Amino acid sequence: MYSLPSFATLGAMHKYSIFSLARNAMGYHEDWTEAWRSPAPQPSYDVVIVGGGGHGLATAYYLAKEHGVTKVAVLEKGWLGGGNTGRNTTIIRSNYLWDESAALYEKSLQLYEGLSRDLNYNIMLSQRGVLNLAHTEHDLKEMSRRVHAIRLNGIDSDILSPAQVKAAVPIIDISPDARYPVLGASLQKRGGVARHDAVAWGFARAADSRGVDIIQNCEVTGIRRQGGRVEGVDTTRGFIAAKKVGVVVAGHASVLADMAGLRLPIESHPLQALVSEPIKPVIHTVVMSNTVHVYVSQSDKGELVIGAGIDAYTSYAQRGSFHIIEGQMGALIELFPIFSRLRMLRQWGGIVDVCPDASPIISKTPVEGLYFNCGWGTGGFKATPGSGWVFAHTVANDAPHPIAAPFALDRFTTGALIDEHGAAAVAH
Amino acid sequence: MTRQQFRLAEGGRIDRDRPLSFRFNGRAYQGYAGDTLASALLANGVHLVGRSFKYHRPRGIFSAGAEEPNAIIQLETGTRSQPDLRATQVELYEGLRAKSVNCWPSVRFDLAAINSRLAPLFPAGFYYKTFMWPGRAWHLYEAVIRRMAGLGVAPTGPDPDRYEKTHIHADVLVAGGGPAGLAAALAAARAGARVILADEQSAFGGQLLGNGESVDGKPGAEWAAAAAAELVDLPDATLLPRTTVIGYFDDNYLTLCERVTDHLGPAAPPELPRQRLWKVRARHVVLATGAHERPLVFQGNDRPGVMLASAAQSYVNRYAVRPGRRAVLCANNDSAYRAALDLQEAGVEIAAIADLRPAPDGAGVEAARAQGIEVLPGQAVVATQGGRHLTGVEIAPLSEDGNALAGPSSTEKCDLLCVSGAWNPAVHLFSQSRGKLRYDEGLACFVPGRSVQAERSAGACNGRFALADCLAEGHAAGTAAAAAAGHGDDSGPVPKAEAEPVGAIRAVPCVPSRSGRANKHFLDLQNDVTAADVALAAREGYRSVEHTKRYTTLGMGTDQGKTSNVTGLSVLAAALGRPVPEVGTTTFRPPYTPVTFGTIAGRDVGDLADPARMTPMHHWHVQVGAVFEDVGQWKRPYCYPRQGESKREAVDRECLAVRNAVGILDASTLGKIDIQGPDARKLLNMVYTNAWNKLEVGRCRYGLMLGEDGMIFDDGVTSRLAEDRYLMTTTTGNAARVLEWLEEWLQTEWPDWRVYCTSVTEQFATMTICGPKARDLLAELVDGLDLDPAAFPFMSWRAAAVAGVPARIFKISFTGENSYEINVPANYGMAVWSAIMNAGEKYGITPFGTEAMHVLRAEKGFIMVGQETDGTITPHDLGMDWAVSKTKDFLGKRSLARADTTRAGRKQLVGLLTEAADAVLPEGGQIVSELARKPPMDMIGHVTSSYYSAALGRSIALALIKGGRDRGGETVHVPLLDGSSIAATVTEPRFYDSEGERLRG
Repeated sequence: MYSLPSFATLGAMHKYSIFSLARNAMGYHEDWTEAWRSPAPQPSYDVVIVGGGGHGLATAYYLAKEHGVTKVAVLEKGWLGGGNTGRNTTIIRSNYLWDESAALYEKSLQLYEGLSRDLNYNIMLSQRGVLNLAHTEHDLKEMSRRVHAIRLNGIDSDILSPAQVKAAVPIIDISPDARYPVLGASLQKRGGVARHDAVAWGFARAADSRGVDIIQNCEVTGIRRQGGRVEGVDTTRGFIAAKKVGVVVAGHASVLADMAGLRLPIESHPLQALVSEPIKPVIHTVVMSNTVHVYVSQSDKGELVIGAGIDAYTSYAQRGSFHIIEGQMGALIELFPIFSRLRMLRQWGGIVDVCPDASPIISKTPVEGLYFNCGWGTGGFKATPGSGWVFAHTVANDAPHPIAAPFALDRFTTGALIDEHGAAAVAH
Repeated sequence: MTRQQFRLAEGGRIDRDRPLSFRFNGRAYQGYAGDTLASALLANGVHLVGRSFKYHRPRGIFSAGAEEPNAIIQLETGTRSQPDLRATQVELYEGLRAKSVNCWPSVRFDLAAINSRLAPLFPAGFYYKTFMWPGRAWHLYEAVIRRMAGLGVAPTGPDPDRYEKTHIHADVLVAGGGPAGLAAALAAARAGARVILADEQSAFGGQLLGNGESVDGKPGAEWAAAAAAELVDLPDATLLPRTTVIGYFDDNYLTLCERVTDHLGPAAPPELPRQRLWKVRARHVVLATGAHERPLVFQGNDRPGVMLASAAQSYVNRYAVRPGRRAVLCANNDSAYRAALDLQEAGVEIAAIADLRPAPDGAGVEAARAQGIEVLPGQAVVATQGGRHLTGVEIAPLSEDGNALAGPSSTEKCDLLCVSGAWNPAVHLFSQSRGKLRYDEGLACFVPGRSVQAERSAGACNGRFALADCLAEGHAAGTAAAAAAGHGDDSGPVPKAEAEPVGAIRAVPCVPSRSGRANKHFLDLQNDVTAADVALAAREGYRSVEHTKRYTTLGMGTDQGKTSNVTGLSVLAAALGRPVPEVGTTTFRPPYTPVTFGTIAGRDVGDLADPARMTPMHHWHVQVGAVFEDVGQWKRPYCYPRQGESKREAVDRECLAVRNAVGILDASTLGKIDIQGPDARKLLNMVYTNAWNKLEVGRCRYGLMLGEDGMIFDDGVTSRLAEDRYLMTTTTGNAARVLEWLEEWLQTEWPDWRVYCTSVTEQFATMTICGPKARDLLAELVDGLDLDPAAFPFMSWRAAAVAGVPARIFKISFTGENSYEINVPANYGMAVWSAIMNAGEKYGITPFGTEAMHVLRAEKGFIMVGQETDGTITPHDLGMDWAVSKTKDFLGKRSLARADTTRAGRKQLVGLLTEAADAVLPEGGQIVSELARKPPMDMIGHVTSSYYSAALGRSIALALIKGGRDRGGETVHVPLLDGSSIAATVTEPRFYDSEGERLRG
């Protein structure tokens, strides 16, 4: 009863639907085929993508789908989606201040909006809205600036009064004598959450069906170059030749760059997150507060998914740091007094690669045929399809996608930074 | 009230003299002190306590401890309500009220049980395959799914209880107070070590409380009580009952959660916290966390009435409750036989023991046979019968490889089925400590392998299941830990127990069914994950154990898979045809059992959540009715509205008072850093963009600070107090960051410089008096200080007594008026403020807040960091080249020469005057050259500051606009959120007294 089916043949992917589900129910679901194959690596590929997270898999998918590049391998040192794709708090939004960022994240949100159907895999995009709270006069001014800019970029954004915030999130404390009273909020209605694992799996399945080889448990140990050109990668499963190599390894980009003799302007920090035990729904939208460093949403299972802050020190340890969440639970309870008696079920950490301007790097490198997509900091999940879209273009054409152009490495030399530190983090 | 018809007449660790009344699902019951809610329910014959999450199948009490997946209840109602507790861990108290969660209208009749009928359509991960049609309809499906979400309900209001934290160091922390933990704690404490012993239960003894074994010739529970008593008497031992070690972090840092009053219910003394978080730094840790019994995986193994064998034994021995009348046991190891004997002795009829092993032998087996219990070797329960409660089981022989049935099945009537699939060491804390697990083939479980921290495992959590071994290993671990912590080895005798050989086990990952299918073989009882689900995951390629977990939700319930993880991955390994250790485990994450957010927050809630900083004059501001704003952690008066006055009117009045008479501002919140040492000037030269070589003692200078990227980071006035001493001021919000910035450079790049920086923000009260009458007012309060501008010029400071208090007076201005910043020791702040207010009365002195200050400085075109700057603005962008030295080096200088910082078309500071004088632009409004009918529109800049200026009788604004300095006179537009727009003309960024005559006084 446990025998495995033979590998699905390419292109013969089972289409997922309520009908196929019903049909398979009659066979006790014993006829489903693999969502993706597990092939042995071939000796050479046109493109090798290093990193089997959401961004890497999306890149491979769009390379195959949009650019006809199908001789592609995605190499993953562990299991697909095991890095930040499977560790984030699943928030999706495009309410960014700067034009460059807005274009990138909005592209991503638009792709997300059609992704379940495009991939034939329900990624459960739930556009229940994202609220960003303002707690001070300074926050209000920043919020106003942001909302005005977002609107003129053609992206949805609204300002809510404290009473409107209360109506949207009845459990929030908006009393004026709260330590950080809620003075208002911005709302992106199209924002929300998606099922993070499903994004990785959906891209993997769709990329696989277009011929992409997804190779797990294959760690890249070196990047071979010859005369300023990339030749391929050394891996724990041997050398794999490649005309082009795209590196998409959140939390480890500097290490891979070092293999190619490059230094990236990146610091890697642990970021903390946690979930509560499941309770009946009490919160519909995503609520974020920069001032008190907390963001929270409630999953369809009923768990409160709570993001905390980053550890001040640099580290590659993917573990929960207790003191970080300790410092933030007080703020959380201030905002949501009924949370006090709810219980934390799990805490964990992920490693975020942070650039000096808190914007990503999507770029060619001084090594010909080697491309990097990294530095997404704390906000990479929302960018997954957009990131893959523009990176696939960049790799396929050896020229940046127009949306990706401002995010090239040379901005750290020219000074054309895209500072997304939340624009002005100080008050007079 | 029902009688306790399943309570034994005697025995158990309950107090029959203290009956307790409680209600469950609205019905009244009685139990005894010493009961858990679960044992009290069983005493009353209540097995059906919950419904599973996905299929809403009936669920009964399955365990007697922290591993319970089924008996999830809501305790109490209102603000003290607590969702998702395990009935097996809730101690009974008088008046307790609890109910089942996630079922409607009742646990007996749950409408959502329809899901179970649809189960064929709902295999693992079904939702990834459907709900995609039409288009974006997921939110419609989701709305339905969300109605099914969650278990219990959140409390209805703020938590009335209090939570505490304690920090403590220990030589030896012992996690778990069963036989191994007690032996370890005794050994370490006798040797003189400072010991903390924590156990999650109300009493020490662990399994000894429930399994009837003896230690040193005494009944186990008695020995445990004596051991705990000895520990209490030892000078350096701390005993923490009802305390769970929940987290094990780096450097032997552990977190413990103590439930101080939960067991008392409403009788809890109000002076006690509800729960306490212990944060322990231990030299050495002994993990004695015991083991969880593993269920067996067979068809219909989820019915109420199916229970872990050790749990049934606990209910009989510890709680004097018969969990059934007629029992069948199904086991693959020896430990269940003791349970069978104890159950039989308590009057439970033992119908049979189906033992998966072909030829079980050993003392327990022989004893059972001697008691007339039928042992069925090589057989297993292959199906169960019943609806809301078990009524019978089918037993059949297994084939040699365990993958098929080897003969016809027989039916046995029973209302209790005890299962034992051997034991899983509780390696959670060991794994959290980053220790590497090892798979033990013989025990068919993971045991601690290589340690990473100063820790050792002892007893059942180390795979030593025999009591004698637990005691010996615990004792040895305690002795070694004490020695490692620098104590002797005088650890007393090793506690002894009868050595009983433990027989082999027969691991069968999944007991076959007649149909060959496994879709009712439950692994995760809470989340309804079956063996068929895991096989499906494997078939579909979700083969990493993490993929399987996430795809099927195996082990993701509130029990975090304590009874399902290892059985699940055995099924996965079988499905993949790979050995279990190769499949590996998922990561064990803290906490071991859930912990309230309140406990994690502790006292850092309410007024103590990020305590507000207040100036020495704060209470005065409150008394006169100031409206406050939060600036960083500070509370600052925003304005001082009078009776009937709006905020805008108050600000206008305050501004006019400053321009026409005199105003006073509490400026105490501005950051102040005392910089001393021979290299102080060198430091200023590096951190500020302008030159500091020629600043004389007694003079003040404005400076801009840049980040390494050349962008403005802070500004402020620094004064030379003495030859080697300066006082730097910073913005309120940046005070700490600036000090960190200075320290970072001094400590990492210039460690040899002799200069020291000290924050003195809170040591001084600062009050700024400004306006045309400020000088006259000050003259009344100081003696012997010549205030004539020739003697006390702008940008200088003097020491003098103000109202008799030694003060530093800085003649600097942020409002554009003649202005004196008076600094006095903080304790004198209120006295001096009062003196100024009294003396100022005849001049019409008016306190003004931050908003008036902002208006006044904007009229002058003075920038405000955080408003005119946002981390992307250079001094050149603001037209402040005058503040940037061309000759000397400073932090950020090189970045100012980068291509993008020198390019044309950067945003530059300008003024904006709206066409309609009373139209006030929104701050943050975006600026366009040309209006389009609708977005998108090209933005050329944004409004950074915008106010109505009472002095000018019109609105004013500052803005950053691309190439702004070349756009003088141009008309630009600010589109508003309501679709309208405001037109404005680009001007110089100065609106008032552009020559600066007034501020020189």
